[in-house]
This record gives sequence, C-alpha cells and structure tokens, in this order.
Amino acid sequence: MLREMGRESIADLFRGIPDHLQLNSPLNLPATLSETETLDYFRELAELNTTRITGRRMASFLGAGAYDHFIPTIIDTLISRSEFYTSYTPYQPEISQGTLQAIFEFQSMICELTGMEVSNASLYDGSTGTAEAVLMAERVTNRTKVALAGNLHPEYREVVDTYIRNAGIESVTIPYDQTTGTLRIDAIAELGSDLATVVVQSPNFFGGIEDLRQLGDATHKIGALFTVVVAEGMSLGQLLSPGQCGADIVCGEAQSFGIPLSFGGSYCGFFATREKYQRQIPGRLVGLTHDAQGRPGYVLTLATREQHIRREKATSNICTNQGLYALMTTIYLSTMGRTGVREVAQQNIQKSHYAASRLAGIDGFSLRFSAPYFNEFVLSCPEQADQMLDALKSHNIIGGLPLSRFFPEMQNEILICVTETTTRKEIDALVEAMEVKVKSKK
Amino acid sequence: MIKKASTHISQNEGTIFERSRPGRVGYRLPALDVDESPIESLIGRDLLRNDDLAGLPEVSEVDVVRHFTRLSTWNYAVDLGMYPLGSCTMKYNPKINERVSRFDGFASAHPYTPDELSQGNLRLIRELEVTLGEITGLPAVSLQPAAGAQGEMSGLMVIRRCLESRGNPRKIVLVPDSAHGTNPASAAICGYDVKTIKSNENGSVDLDNLREVVNQDVAALMLTNPSTLGMFEEHIVEVCQILHEAGGLVYMDGANMNALVGVTRPGDMGVDVIHLNLHKTFSTPHGGGGPGSGPICVTSELEPYLPFPRIVEETDATGLKTLRLDFNRPMSIGRVRAFHGNYSVLVRALCYILSLGPDGLREATETAVLNANYIAHHLMDDYEIAYHGKPLHEVIFSDKHQQKYGVHTLDIAKRLIDYGFHPMTIYFPLIVHGAIMIEPTESEGREEIDLFIDAMRSIAKEARENPDLVKNAPHNTRISRLDEAAAARKPVLRWIKPNDK
Amino acid sequence: MSAYPDDLQYTKDHEWIRVEGETGTIGITSFAQEQLGDVVHVQLPRTGEKFSAHDTFGEVESVKTFSELFLPVSGEVVEVNEALEDAPELVNNSPYGDGWMVKVKLSDKGEIDSLLSSSEYEDFVESQKVE
Repeated sequence: MLREMGRESIADLFRGIPDHLQLNSPLNLPATLSETETLDYFRELAELNTTRITGRRMASFLGAGAYDHFIPTIIDTLISRSEFYTSYTPYQPEISQGTLQAIFEFQSMICELTGMEVSNASLYDGSTGTAEAVLMAERVTNRTKVALAGNLHPEYREVVDTYIRNAGIESVTIPYDQTTGTLRIDAIAELGSDLATVVVQSPNFFGGIEDLRQLGDATHKIGALFTVVVAEGMSLGQLLSPGQCGADIVCGEAQSFGIPLSFGGSYCGFFATREKYQRQIPGRLVGLTHDAQGRPGYVLTLATREQHIRREKATSNICTNQGLYALMTTIYLSTMGRTGVREVAQQNIQKSHYAASRLAGIDGFSLRFSAPYFNEFVLSCPEQADQMLDALKSHNIIGGLPLSRFFPEMQNEILICVTETTTRKEIDALVEAMEVKVKSKK
Repeated sequence: MIKKASTHISQNEGTIFERSRPGRVGYRLPALDVDESPIESLIGRDLLRNDDLAGLPEVSEVDVVRHFTRLSTWNYAVDLGMYPLGSCTMKYNPKINERVSRFDGFASAHPYTPDELSQGNLRLIRELEVTLGEITGLPAVSLQPAAGAQGEMSGLMVIRRCLESRGNPRKIVLVPDSAHGTNPASAAICGYDVKTIKSNENGSVDLDNLREVVNQDVAALMLTNPSTLGMFEEHIVEVCQILHEAGGLVYMDGANMNALVGVTRPGDMGVDVIHLNLHKTFSTPHGGGGPGSGPICVTSELEPYLPFPRIVEETDATGLKTLRLDFNRPMSIGRVRAFHGNYSVLVRALCYILSLGPDGLREATETAVLNANYIAHHLMDDYEIAYHGKPLHEVIFSDKHQQKYGVHTLDIAKRLIDYGFHPMTIYFPLIVHGAIMIEPTESEGREEIDLFIDAMRSIAKEARENPDLVKNAPHNTRISRLDEAAAARKPVLRWIKPNDK
Repeated sequence: MSAYPDDLQYTKDHEWIRVEGETGTIGITSFAQEQLGDVVHVQLPRTGEKFSAHDTFGEVESVKTFSELFLPVSGEVVEVNEALEDAPELVNNSPYGDGWMVKVKLSDKGEIDSLLSSSEYEDFVESQKVE
C-alpha cells in the first residue's frame, strides 16, 4: 500500500507530528497478553469480588439505586447480536431501522409505565437524568431556583449539585417528616412562587412511597413544574404512575428492567414529559414517519434541540443515549410484559414486608420510618450499623447499606432491600444472624 | 458494479405491541415463598396503580426472540463490514471484551459492596487509570464520566475549579469553528461564554489570531487534536504556551486519539486536560448509540479537582495492600454520575489495552493512519480534497466535483448504502461545505478498503453519467429516504393502539 | 421587476414587513425559507409582548437547522399567526401570505425608513450568494 502511494515508510505518514513530540520508545504498559492469559487475568480479578455467586458468595440486601432483579436469559442472547451492539447511532435510517424501531418501542413502554406522553430515547442514568430535569425546568420556566427532596438519593443530589453549580441555579431542600420519612407536604407551600421545579423521589431514598397526588397539587399551587424521580423502576409495576399524579417531568433509572448490576454501570436513564414540552426535552427522540412509497419507518427527530446543530444553545450537551441498554429494557419489558412486571413488583412488596416484620420483631430493632414502602426500608438497630454489618459478614451476609455514609445522624440505621431474587431462607438467615449478634453483646 | 452487497429476503415485522395477545406470557418466576397478604393492606389503595399497565405487551418468549432478531437484521453493523464514519472511530469490537465484561464477578457486583469485598473491581479501575495516564501522559485519571460529552463537561469544570482556586474562574472558552457541537454545549453548561475562533487555511489554529484573542478573560481553549480535518496541530506546543502565559489552560478533545496512541502523548505537548472516548479509541462497542464512556486525564496539579470518590491504596500493619474509595475530596468538582461510571465499558477497554499491549496499540494507530492515507490517495482524482496537508487517521473530501451534476454529499452517502457500506460522516466539520469525512480505522484489511474505493469511484462515475440514480438512492433497502419534515412537524413518538387514536 | 414584492420593506436578517396604518405584518422572505428548507416549527411570542427593533422575537426550525427571528422595528405584538402551530409548512408555501408570523403595533413609524426596499434587498441577497 505504501508503495502505491509513493511513500517510503510508515514514519513518512506521521511527518505532520513534530519529531520532538514523537515517542521514541514503546509505552510503559504490560506486555501483550494472549487470549488465554487475558481470560485468566480477568477471571482472577472477577473472583476477588464477592457477590451472590462469586468470591465468598454472600447473600446481599443492598439496593439504594441499584437492584438485583431476575434477568431473563434471552436479553443477553438478543443484545449479543452484533447487528445491535456493533452499530452506531442511527443517523442513516434506511439501514438502522432495527435500532430505531426498538427505541420507538422503548419510548412507548416508558410512557406507559410513567403515565406520560413523551419519552426520550434514554439518558446515561437516573442521576444525570435528574440533573437534566432540573436544567429543563429552568429552560421551560425561565426561573433559576429549584427545590430538591431531602430524601432524594444522595448521589443523585450530588450530581444535580455539580450540574447546577455553574449554571446559575440555586437549590433548596424540602424537609422530610422524621416519623414517616416522607416529605412534609405543608413545606411546599412555604417555598415561594419563584421555583422552576419541585423534585421529589418515590419510592424515596428510604424506600418510602410518597403521596404524589398531594405533592403534585401542592407543587402546582405554587406554580412550579412537578418532577418525579423514580430510582427503582420496578415500583411502577404496582404503584400509581407519576403521570396520574400530575407530573410534568418523570425521570429515573431503568436498571431494574433486565440490566446487570455491573458495579453501578452501564445503566439506563429514562426521561418523560408532557407533549407541550416535547421541544424542550434533552437527548434523542425517535419518531414515526414514512418514505415516498408510503411505507412506515422511524427516524431521529426534533434534532434541532441537540448540540450538533444548536451548539452552545442546545437543550443539553448530551450526545449519546444508552442505546444498547434501552434495548435491554425493551426486551425485558416485552418478555415479562404486562403480567410479569406486575408480578415481580407484587413479589417485591410481599417479600420486603415479610423481611421487615421479622426484623422489626427482634428485640431492640424497629423500622425507622412509618410510611408504606415498596422493596426497601430503614431498620434501626440497637447498636452501630457498621458493627452490625461487620458481624453479618461472618455469616456470609451483606446486610444492607449503613445510612451513616450519607446521613451522619443515622448511626444505627441500615437501608435494607429485598427483591424477588431474595429467598425466604436468606431473609431468615439475616434475622437469625442479627439475633445472634445482639445476644452476643448482652 | 456493486460487488459487496446483493439483496436477500428481509422479514417484515410490526411493533411488539401488535404481537400482543391477552394472557400470553414469556417468563416464569419462582413461586412466592412467603405468606401473601392483600397488597392493599400493605400499601393502601390510593398509592396503587389502577390502570393494569394495559399498554405493555403480552407475548411469548419465541415472540420476543423473533421480533428482536428480525429487527436486528435491518441494521448495518461493524461486524458486517466497513463503517467509515469520520470522527466516530468505528473499529472492530473484539469478542473477548464482551465475554470478559460478562464474568459473574463483574456483572453481579453491587456498587455499594464494601471495599474489602470489591478488591477486584477497584483494582481494575485503578489499573485502567494508570494505563490511560501512561497513554496520554496525563497521570491523574477519572473514569466516572459516562460519555465524551460528560467528559468534556467534567474536564472544563476541573479547569474552572482550578482557576477559581487561583482567584478567578474567568469568563470565556475558545472553541475553533471546526469543533464538535458538544464542545460549545459543554462550555455553556460550565457557565462559560463561548467564543468561536476561525481556523486558518490549513484548518489549524491561527497563532496570530490566537495571540490576539487570548487575554485575562480566557479560561481555556478547547482543541481537537488531530483536528476534525484529521490533521495534527503542528504548533500545539506554541498554542499551549500562549494559553499558559496568559494564565489559561488547554483542554484537548480526545475524539481523535486513534491517530496518536503510542506515537505521541498530549501530556508531552503541554495539554492540561483531555477526555477519551473508550467507545472510539479503545474498541468498546457503540451499541446503536451508547453506552459510551468518557474518562478524563489531567495533570498532577489538577488531580485534587477530579470527581469523587477517588481510589486510594492503603497498607495495613501486616503489609497487606488494599484499595479503598476516598470520599473526602474537598477540592473536587463533585460527582458527575452516580456510582462509578459506566463500569462494564471500563472492563472492555482494559481488556483491549492488555490484549494489544504497547506494540499492538502503536501498530493499530499506524494501520489506521495508513488506511486513511491510502483512501485519500485513491480518491483524490474523483473527489475534491478539502484541505491539503498531512492527514492522519481520517480524510475529508467535499462534493464540489459532483455538484455540477446536481449530486450532493447526502446523495453520495445514500448511494454508498446500495454498495453495501455504511455512509461516511457527512456535513461535518461545518467549515467544509458538503463535507465527506472518511475514517476507515485499523480494522479494515486492504480488500475491504479496495471495495470501498471502487464503490466511491463508481458513484463518482454515476454522478456524471446518471445523476438521478445517485439522487434517488438508496434503491436496495427495505425503505427509501424517509420524510423527516413530516416526522418533525407532527411528531409521533410512541405507539398508540389503533382504536385509541 | 424585483424578485421580492415591491410593497414590502426588508432587513438583512431576511425578514419582511408590510406596513398598514399603525400596524406592521412580519414574516421571512422566500430566500430565507429556501435556505432553511422544510420548516417544521415556528416559535412565536405572545400577544402583548413588547420588543425593540432587532430584538429576537422567535425562532424558526427546519429539519436540520434553526434560525432566530429578528423584529425589523420596535413595537408591541398584537397578533400572532396561530395557523403556523399546526401548519408550519405555510412558511415555505406562502412566505408573504399565509406564512406571515406576527403583527405589531409600531412604536416608531420612522424606523421603517431605515429598512431595505425590494430592489435593495435583492442586491443584498445577490451579494451574499457571490460569497
């Protein structure tokens, strides 16, 4: 090839790079691994991680924005088709109809679950989706103050804070009731009438189900947009949809729908709104249209909102969506379908309530909050949560998330998650281990 | 003649909703192993759904498999052939990456697993940080940004924080007119005014002009190198000096790193911050539009400002080394994404780097540049080359020769589909009228590239002899060009049951 | 004869204005709509809003691009073309007729004198094309 081009050497092709900038020795990286060695290397790293099925093989009651749900086998089979995973963003609709139609179906299913009219093609995850919701509310209302729930996922809150710090947006916190753990609805009326949006999460970070109807009414009374964050998408299988409660924006995390935990990513953020705001929505949208012969087909649409056209005036700087993960969600929601999503949600409710009643029945333990919950609840222990959790590890149990990590006043509290994959045996073992621990102290 | 493609049967398929039949299911859960209580007694009727989710489909497993398999066959993909999208680096996605990322120890790991039970994950993150630091020459690395655009935003925030700590965040970010649209959009989110600077006749930064516009208000220059024209910024060292002397910083968009890995390092040029696109340079799949991953690599001086948490190594009394997450980072810009970024993408990227090794990485760069130059050489007679210079990994033409036959860049792109290729990037960069941007990557062998060159020449000939054939392309796809105006005027963005319309 | 209607005044931002008494009707020129391509959405102000000359009063979007709309003269919006909400293609099909955008009550009729005549606008467009 070089000869045909009349070039002498490969080095010839790099003449554009000044000599003094060119490396004259190889990068200081490990030597090339063969396929066998590569597999061994990663296998070894993977085994250093303790999960339900690797390392020390421990039962886990962790949730808090990342949930261990059943994943149908066909999801991996189908997304492993390289026509899906080795394709690019569908800018050429004539040879991307597979991706485009799948996203259209994703948008339709998110609308159904959330009770909203328009969904985008997905965002990075629930936390960045929440930040985008705040930015969108500012665009729609031209107001620069937002109220965020005090029981919003703390990492979502941190991400929102990062996004708004330089955007001239100010945030205030809505307090939650110390008894119920849910937001104080009366506090919303006191927020004033200059808010862009009130952002609430349901189920909230403590697992409690918020009264979205009342929160929505209170929010609209002060003239703000009502944003509902759903960090546990599976709850929508049984809980009243935010759309039915007057939500203007619904954003959240679709990880529960067939996406592996994978140490926190990749996940799939969803984002839905009302039709009247569709030109303000961040991210990609797929729409139905037709070709010259009248055959239906799908295209990326309303592209003038986006950064590649509007540049610094774009609705968001976002470029990618989570294409493959939106596809996983779509396959999950198809496979489980109308019946399955409801049944999974139902099992989560039943099992978490069984676990909560058993744990709260141990002498010295109680539920921290009184609000109804979906698959997570806060357990107050008679001693420091960290010590409790350390003791559980020797029983091969990861007992949940110590809340002191985010809420210093909650030294004895553990956030416990129970899903359909948690067995009664595991719950009973957790109860027993906790009993042993408190008895040993006495 | 069309050599690479011919037509074959393509299955029709409606939406999944049209397959739905009442009562049909495609799953089975284990029976509930706790006593069941009426759900209303646990949660309260007011908080429960009352619409039965009637809009979700009811289908069997075979229905789902057939449906999505049929959809998949309507896509073009890297595994079907060359995907010469300029600036997108559509290289082959090694299958071992996919296998490794699915190992149970990674896939089933919860992000809040205590550090001592997550040592494998933390080591992997640490390893990738060190590796990317070496590749870029910028040793402090954060893997948290979820995609390139988020990397840009995070990197600019790091710059802003640094300037704040020096006493003044400044007001302006300079962006060349050839830049990706995400650059100005990201700068805007960071609270900066964007000032566009014109490229010179070679498509690179005009040093005299730069000296004029750089002042105490300029926070940073965002520079893509090689530029979106595929050419190395020859005066990059001087560019960095100009910024640094005025107290500003240099942000490099790493979208085009596939031209540089193993050959030269941004850190050695004087760059302060770079973001990488793991889904471009480091072979992780694009997935039909995501997930990506956009790590940022910065100088040691900027390390304190990186997103938290950071991974630190601790040695206990017995000498045992463990890694843990450090959340106490008072200077940090904060968090840009929950948890640890797109972890499953990070696993794939490290797998790629270790499989290739230092020699393989350099060879990949050399091959990518060779392929692009070979294409430039063979298409120069048929297509107007946009900028003469020394292109690296991609080459930009325009439709100037074809315009006189009424054939435009879009038509050429659509006709290429009939020849069995995915089109190149078109109408970008904006400074080239009717831009045709070709990036072959290192993945293509000579035979596939020759087929591509044949196809492009044949289209140039068709444009002269039978322009309508090109203007009405594609001819062999399931559908022809779609009415995008209709889609945008009255958007239909979700499926609605026919009788609900 | 000019390619642009003689009874209108023009701006270098490609808007036209038709003055009748105290009211001006405003739209974009046939040249502007050709450059944009298929118009898919027009964002207009509310009646009652007041603008100075050269203020941005709205935005017009096509499939692949968008353009801000600038008011040729100062005034208060007294009517907006609501038909564009459902039929933005009117801007393409009838730029000087059914594709009008807003009517304003002029606050300073003298401003009209600084605008371009149809032949001046035509010359301006030709000079742009050469570039």
